[in-house]
Amino acid sequence: MTASQGEQLPIRTSEEVVVVRQAVRKWAVAAGFSIIDQTKVVTAASELARNTVVHAGGGTVLIEQITSGERRGLRLTFEDSGPGIPDIELALKDGYTTGNGLGLGLSGSKRLMNEFVITSTVGHGTKVVATKWK
Amino acid sequence: MPKPASSKLSEVLLRYESDILATWMQLQLSAVKHRGDLIKNSDLREQSARFLELVREGVQTGDPNVQSGAAWAATREMLESLSRSRAKLGFTPAETASFVYSLKAAIFERLREEMGSNPQALVTEIITASELLDVLGLLTMEMYQKGREGVIARQQQELMELSTPVVMLWDGVLALPLIGTLDSGRTQVVMENLLQRIVETGASIAILDITGVPTVDTLVAQHLLKAVSAARLMGADCIISGIRPQIAQTIVHLGVDLGNVTTKATLAEAFRVALNRTSRRIVDADFQASTTGA
Repeated sequence: MTASQGEQLPIRTSEEVVVVRQAVRKWAVAAGFSIIDQTKVVTAASELARNTVVHAGGGTVLIEQITSGERRGLRLTFEDSGPGIPDIELALKDGYTTGNGLGLGLSGSKRLMNEFVITSTVGHGTKVVATKWK
Repeated sequence: MPKPASSKLSEVLLRYESDILATWMQLQLSAVKHRGDLIKNSDLREQSARFLELVREGVQTGDPNVQSGAAWAATREMLESLSRSRAKLGFTPAETASFVYSLKAAIFERLREEMGSNPQALVTEIITASELLDVLGLLTMEMYQKGREGVIARQQQELMELSTPVVMLWDGVLALPLIGTLDSGRTQVVMENLLQRIVETGASIAILDITGVPTVDTLVAQHLLKAVSAARLMGADCIISGIRPQIAQTIVHLGVDLGNVTTKATLAEAFRVALNRTSRRIVDADFQASTTGA
């Protein structure tokens, strides 16, 4: 799997969440995703970017176009140095929320993407790598 | 800025003010960045004369504190209104700041003619004048940016007002065509408008149309559900329309439950449901004529 090109963006405010959505949409269109897959990736990016703002007070996202053999895809890497997630399994449960949202953002975006890996150290931060294949 | 160093500069500014102004005007008018299309030459001359006068007065007081000193208050004020007006006229930041920076060459020129025989003193004076104009130039940039931020804030405010019309489709049927990003600030306004209009019109059905909302994530869904609940408490039923196939799939994957809300693909469909619930229907005029005529 190789990354051909990409772009890194800061996520500190809800306005920047909008910017992330627009950038991800642009990359999804460039990667040739169908309208349904575009919408899925953009929605997942929106959830994860908002989590970064709400729970970690900000972070970054790296958007990369990747290829594996003939397959093309988009990989989103969200990183923050916030409080971290003590129980990832619990955080991925539908309806579980520490804010006052619906508690579906993390689990929902996992379902919207093909690959989804969370690594988190309490007190140090969280990294979410989410990939969607065409 | 030590006093003895600025005394020469002060003297040169006082004695050659009109010469410096003439050179400066020439420089500005011939510069690549000159925007004759945006500003009249007479206005530019007036601004330049005023600014040069203020700089001379400031230098004469010997006050080194350009940023906040009382002696420079009038200069700062003038630059502030200049930056604001140029931002409005469509000048770029660089074009705006070059107003101040182009004065350098005019002053340096004059200093050289006066002090050419004493290079060391000349360099000292040039450094003094340069530092002064650098600070004023940066100030101009800062104020330009503040002016721009003001414009953006006002536009955001206007957009908030503009983008949330609640329209009446029929007696007792309201529609709210949502467009763009449903961030929390706007959603608040949308909700308030909707509830207010339900009270005013006594509507029993409100259609929330999300055709123009590009991304429906859990936050947007939550806002919609809250709007539906609030409207229901006020006695109005909501229908959410404009759910495109990709949005439908995404909502399902997210796991958002819109189970007890009526949803439709198009506004037209939603309108038909609304009429049905209020015991009305739309009939084809020709069809009715032929049946009643028979």
